[in-house]
Amino acid sequence: MDWQALWLTARLATIVSGILLVISVPLAHWIVFSRRRWTFLVESIVSLPLVLPPTVLGFYLLMAMGTRSPVGRLWIDWTGHPLAFTFEGLVVASLFYSLPFAVQPIATAFSQIDPTLREASATLGASPLRTFARVVLPLSIEGVIAGAVLSFAHTVGEFGVVLMVGGNLPGVTRTVSIAVYDHVQALQYREATTTALFMLAFAFAVLLAVYGLRRRPLAAAPIA
Amino acid sequence: MTLAVHLTKRLHAGFALDVSFLAEPGVTILFGASGSGKTTILRCVAGLARPDAGRIAIGDRTLFNGENGVEVPVPHRQLGYVFQQLALFPHLTVAQNIGYGLAGVPAAERKTRIAEAAESFRIAGLLDRRPGQISGGERQRAALARALVTQPAALLLDEPLSALDYAIQLHIMDDLRRWNAERRIPILYVTHSHREAFALGERLIALEQGRILASGSPHEVLDHPAQAPLAELAGFENLFAATVIARREQAGTMQCLLTGTSTEIEVPLGVAPDGAGIHVAIRAGDILLADREPVGLSARNILRGEVIDCGMHGSTVVATIDADARFVVHMTPGGADTLGLRPGARVWLVIKTYSCRVARSS
Repeated sequence: MDWQALWLTARLATIVSGILLVISVPLAHWIVFSRRRWTFLVESIVSLPLVLPPTVLGFYLLMAMGTRSPVGRLWIDWTGHPLAFTFEGLVVASLFYSLPFAVQPIATAFSQIDPTLREASATLGASPLRTFARVVLPLSIEGVIAGAVLSFAHTVGEFGVVLMVGGNLPGVTRTVSIAVYDHVQALQYREATTTALFMLAFAFAVLLAVYGLRRRPLAAAPIA
Repeated sequence: MTLAVHLTKRLHAGFALDVSFLAEPGVTILFGASGSGKTTILRCVAGLARPDAGRIAIGDRTLFNGENGVEVPVPHRQLGYVFQQLALFPHLTVAQNIGYGLAGVPAAERKTRIAEAAESFRIAGLLDRRPGQISGGERQRAALARALVTQPAALLLDEPLSALDYAIQLHIMDDLRRWNAERRIPILYVTHSHREAFALGERLIALEQGRILASGSPHEVLDHPAQAPLAELAGFENLFAATVIARREQAGTMQCLLTGTSTEIEVPLGVAPDGAGIHVAIRAGDILLADREPVGLSARNILRGEVIDCGMHGSTVVATIDADARFVVHMTPGGADTLGLRPGARVWLVIKTYSCRVARSS
């Protein structure tokens, strides 16, 4: 078992899903409840990583982190080293890669809330923020948890983007999925088997948790 | 305090809301078919929808003014709103639902007010339950208590009782009236049921296609509908297009020919001139049936017909009679037995002149 890769992957996934939670809740709120017509545009951009080959996404991110891009140069000016092939670079890439997995379950949960509940809250004097905290969030908490769990799991399982942006530096960018690939390349099948089995068990546990949550009767069902 | 509503709002092609009325303290019924604009009026008053123009004010507090752009946000309007679907928060208890609008109130006072409101609407024993664990009538009471505990300046009710039994409706409205007896706020009550309108309202505003058709007491408006669409809404089962063929000023009557038939009928004298198109509305319960030709009656309209169909609806026998024009007649099962009412039977219809209401064909 490659404990170093495992620890790195756990750190990466925790940081990424934590940041994504903070970004995705307001983003999903805006997508679902905004009356603007171009929310679909933002929705499409957010969902791009779902359909884009990870190597393509990784390629563009690598370009964006390079010295020729303004963002890449800004990072170098700020920190003294390039973003590519570092743990921070991996975090940034993973944020893009896993964003739809956080936003979509949350947005779905928000959109299932009976709109008259939000209106009722407003007529009772509640500000939009209070309506969010007291009505929207409690009624969609399962979706928010699902978003966090799925983005965590998806970050754990990424391969193509990591390979493009992070490379394979032990303790820095070498995640579990890279480690499995590495073991196979080196014909170390026993190590590959252990790590792969571990990942299989982890993935299954995550899905059990997510679908178990969804089976619970939705509190958002309108009451007439 | 008086709620003043003057607003126009274009909803879709060919349909625009254009209404102007005052709602005094007490229950004002907004009456009309679905799609007549009733709910949109409530939503505009509450701020959930935006009028194109106009002014909405409660007392001297302006809520909306299209001319100077005043538009008080929904949370600051201080109006109670009970939605058709009630919109109780399913994850909160009845007590938390009722207390939802009391966010700024100190905990001790909030508790007292929740208890008072629950007491007024007879749900004090249900405070710890969730909306999913109580009956439809109890949910209705909880929704009313939630809206009223905030001491709103006016109450907006969107068909809140339509899903409930008539007896429960009356009971809840009694509690609401008692509650409002000392507070005296205007209550706008939206409904399309003429029965609710008769039973609950002190004043009634009838709407059609976004415009006010008539207003007055429910009795004035619905028992003497001035327009054909209103007669239909007001529950007149028999509504005929007709032409005035003779005016008898001295007798105080008009002779009318029901359109598409050879049936003539005498109705009270109205303003319609000879040859004018009108509508004649007759309640199914106001028509008498006889099994032989009646003689020596004061009633002026005696028509011969044949029973097409008869059946029970609840405890009422509903019969359709072909007397060239088709009439719907309601009677008790006992009355139907006495007559031996069955399809194919010959009957005479007896209709008093004053049971025939004349409505404009709008």
